[in-house]
Amino acid sequence: MPEELTFSTDPQWRVKVGLAEMLKGGVIMDVTNAEQATIAEKAGACAVMALERVPADIRKEGGVARMASPKIIREIMDAVTIPVMAKVRIGHFAEAQVLEALEVDFIDESEVLTPADEENHVWKHPFKVPFVCGARNLGEALRRITEGAAMIRTKGEAGSGNIVEAVRHMRAIVGEMRRLTQLGEEELISAAKELGAPYDLVRWVARNGKLPVPNFSAGGIATPADAALVVQLGAEAVFVGSGIFKSSDPDRRARAIVKATTHAKDPKAVLEASEELGEAMKGLDIRQLDEKELLQTRGW
Amino acid sequence: MKIGILAIQGDFDAHRKRLEELGAETVLVKTASDLVGLDGLILPGGESTTHMKLLEEEGLLAPLVEQVRQGMAVFGTCAGAILLAREVKNPAQHSLSLVDMTVIRNAYGRQLDSCVTTASTTISDHPLEMVFIRAPVIERAGESVEVLARRDGDPVLVRQGRILAATFHPELSSDPAVHAYFLKMVRNGH
Repeated sequence: MPEELTFSTDPQWRVKVGLAEMLKGGVIMDVTNAEQATIAEKAGACAVMALERVPADIRKEGGVARMASPKIIREIMDAVTIPVMAKVRIGHFAEAQVLEALEVDFIDESEVLTPADEENHVWKHPFKVPFVCGARNLGEALRRITEGAAMIRTKGEAGSGNIVEAVRHMRAIVGEMRRLTQLGEEELISAAKELGAPYDLVRWVARNGKLPVPNFSAGGIATPADAALVVQLGAEAVFVGSGIFKSSDPDRRARAIVKATTHAKDPKAVLEASEELGEAMKGLDIRQLDEKELLQTRGW
Repeated sequence: MKIGILAIQGDFDAHRKRLEELGAETVLVKTASDLVGLDGLILPGGESTTHMKLLEEEGLLAPLVEQVRQGMAVFGTCAGAILLAREVKNPAQHSLSLVDMTVIRNAYGRQLDSCVTTASTTISDHPLEMVFIRAPVIERAGESVEVLARRDGDPVLVRQGRILAATFHPELSSDPAVHAYFLKMVRNGH
């Protein structure tokens, strides 16, 4: 029997991780209004992310990206019966308090928005609403869990339509976990130092070979095959941001990505999902972007 | 004993672990062919709208209902209980219509109203720990439906013949009593 983490038996923590468990195997879609939310729900989304602008538009238009207006979020909450998530800026605990007062089901402390604190993330344990946070590697994931994140997602590179960064981050997280399982007891303290993560969490991962919360993928998923790729690499569910409503036929693409996520290991099903989809979003070559244009480097 | 777990979306893996701890053989059910030869089936938690849509699209719906009519035992938790209900409200939606009950979705509220609580049950001599996540409420249970546990007066664990339904998540509790009860139901054939 693995040793329990100090917070893992707390009822509030268990219902937070419990909701994340319910979203496994599903697709969480970015939506900017009630109409898109309804399309997403009908297409089989297991949750929606309420936003004012999808990441591709945030990238294009620039300026400070903040929490969406409560009006938009409320309209989306009224339009669908599935869970509704919304984003806050990194470290902006007051935006998170507003979203909790609004009773959203999940808060994404997201690098897609302009950070509010360049040193600290939100201390998430006191909140009753669960949080999801992005990570590029295991150390980042474990720091976010320590702060109270009930779900981890890869950061990828949001709004790029390019899967390369999500793959890099998922491989890093899964690979670092695999490495931990092979270390001796005496090597774990040094591994914790290298990862910049608490020892008890590092030891838990070393013994269990997985994160103590669901591990999802986000940032650049644009096609059914992209979803099938990250699921086979270890993602337990996928977030699709700009990939759906920036494509030529959002409804059909949404349905196709849902199907490919459920049947990720069945190439015939992914083939069926990939046919007659119209144009995917155009996408960006990450190597052509300036360092300062990257969203994934936000967060610490 | 071979138990299928509907694995379209949701917490099917938590059910798989629990069943394997109790010594059952498990199969993740994604297509109609996965249903062949099952002694029992679990409809897990997750989003009932997503489950219903994919059941219809994947051609799983008709064979699943047919196998239940022929006596396969079924256990639905939360979203699974919604799928089993004859009538679903808030909003009205399609279901498998296998248990004579009316279910109201998200009846306690949103995620802020999710909770862990305990209540007594007729299936065990100790109180059951119950994890409720955006849970539905059973508004009406028909005469053929036996109520095995209640929360504040509302039925939360019910049985009709070979079908068991919980509005909470026994798969997220450390208490294996409800799954053990289901496996006994499967084994006894009644």
